[in-house]
Amino acid sequence: MSLPITALVLCLTLPLLGAIATVAAPRHATPLVTSVAGLMVAVTTGLTSHVAVHGPVVVALGEWAPPLGIQIMADGPAVLFLLVNALVMAAVVLFSLAPIGQPGPRSRLAQTFWPLLLLLWGALNAIFVSRDLFNLYVGLELASLAAVALVAIERKRDTLNAALRYLLFALTGSLLYLLGVVLIYAGHGTLDITLLAGELGMHPTDALAIGAMTAGLAAKTALFPFHVWLPPAHAGAPAPASAVLSALVPKASLYIALRLWLEAAPGAGDAIAVNVLGWLGALAVVHGSIMALRQERLKLVIAYSTVAQIGYLFLVFPLALGAAGAVGSGVADSAWNGTLFQALSHALAKAALFLCAGLILEAAGHDRIARLAGVAQALPVTLFAFGLAAITLMGLPPSGGFMAKYLLVTASLEGGVPGWGLIVLAGGLLAAAYLYRPMASAFRHPDQESAAPFTTVAAWRQAIPLGLAIASLALGILPAVPHELMGGMP
Amino acid sequence: MTATEWLPFTVCAAALIGLGLYGLVTQPLLLRRVIAFNVIGSGIFLLFGALSGSESAGTDPVPQAMIITGIVVALSATALALALVVAHAREGGRDP
Repeated sequence: MSLPITALVLCLTLPLLGAIATVAAPRHATPLVTSVAGLMVAVTTGLTSHVAVHGPVVVALGEWAPPLGIQIMADGPAVLFLLVNALVMAAVVLFSLAPIGQPGPRSRLAQTFWPLLLLLWGALNAIFVSRDLFNLYVGLELASLAAVALVAIERKRDTLNAALRYLLFALTGSLLYLLGVVLIYAGHGTLDITLLAGELGMHPTDALAIGAMTAGLAAKTALFPFHVWLPPAHAGAPAPASAVLSALVPKASLYIALRLWLEAAPGAGDAIAVNVLGWLGALAVVHGSIMALRQERLKLVIAYSTVAQIGYLFLVFPLALGAAGAVGSGVADSAWNGTLFQALSHALAKAALFLCAGLILEAAGHDRIARLAGVAQALPVTLFAFGLAAITLMGLPPSGGFMAKYLLVTASLEGGVPGWGLIVLAGGLLAAAYLYRPMASAFRHPDQESAAPFTTVAAWRQAIPLGLAIASLALGILPAVPHELMGGMP
Repeated sequence: MTATEWLPFTVCAAALIGLGLYGLVTQPLLLRRVIAFNVIGSGIFLLFGALSGSESAGTDPVPQAMIITGIVVALSATALALALVVAHAREGGRDP
């Protein structure tokens, strides 16, 4: 096997092997998990640079070519997601090394948190590289099960409630997706995305299939109005788990939807369907932002912000496939690249925000916004990281979020549908408003009598969210390489 | 298989899927929802099997392999769901 193929296979197998090894030898969990995380960052960085120079890496498993076999492929978008996944996961592993850190006592960390984290890592990687719709289903289900278990890890009544609600949405979503897979297989006799490209939409059952799959994926991505499970689940989970859940898990189902609509069936979506998806995205931006403004707890603000930020990702459907996309291929390319920039920079920034919230929760013992006064003096590095991540979410330059908004607004203006661009800009203003509240509260000087003592947090742990926030800015400062890798509409 | 042979299976599959979806939406009890999820799953697997047998060339083995994989996935999902329901009940949670 050549080196890039080995790297691609390692991306899938290493986290799963690590998960099994951690369960088998919980005493050696710390060195195991850190070495797996380090190796994975190295492997994905290597694979990304290889793909950037030499183009996609394709493996037909067992040398069985599609339609009978399953193909995995690391193309530009796939390696970008692999890399961001590796960065966020490695940061979360580092973050959870601290003995007093959440979640829970050390033994439970080794026995449940790390194996589930590695399992989720492997499942997400499988989704990002898989080219077979049924294989994607297995990856999707594996990711959901690991994610639900991560929500329920503390076994408190509220989080169990949130986990159950999440599980019901996730399972219903998976079944709808599976129904679509069945119908596509019956119509076309293959599930390979490359072979389906251009074919999908020809068969009479395809509309039903794509509709069922999209509804299922939208429920898993927490698109408005299927978002009700997200805030309690993401806010209730321990902070390192929330970072992964909010940053990466909704992106995986969205990634499948993008592959399905834009790569396998670019001609199949009719104008009404793509506009409905766009409108739901726009409603998610407005509703999520307003709900974020009204929350009293920091983690809930960040969780509702995820609902809003996911909304932008659905604007790609009207911009790339609707009337705007027909104006010219440049419009669709901008929409596609902007959406990927948004997904990647939001992943990095949101992971940073949740880790910041975790540190604030550790230091102050609570995350009520009204009582955060003095946090800025106690945790200056954390607040700096929070601010940098907020820049990305607002879409201010120079950040990955700015690149995303710039490209999306350009696409909407050039495509002659400025309404979508207006939503993007309004969402940025609303993000500034809901992120300003906790910042302002944290920078207030505490009153002498009500000053609560803060537990100290090690500087190296505060540096972890800072690193993620800087990475999300770097996407905007050095956008050329990622832009090249995204490569416009597939 | 001819249409008269596979049609009953697809009708049954559609009925199971519809019944399961109805149960999932209307039943408030958690355990019943987990069962409803399994009913939908069975319907989809039946549909998969019925549609794969509808070709004149004989039975296509690929869907059967996928059905087995799907059953394993559904089994593990059900196991996790039941474990969560039990943990929820132990913590004193009631059905919503």
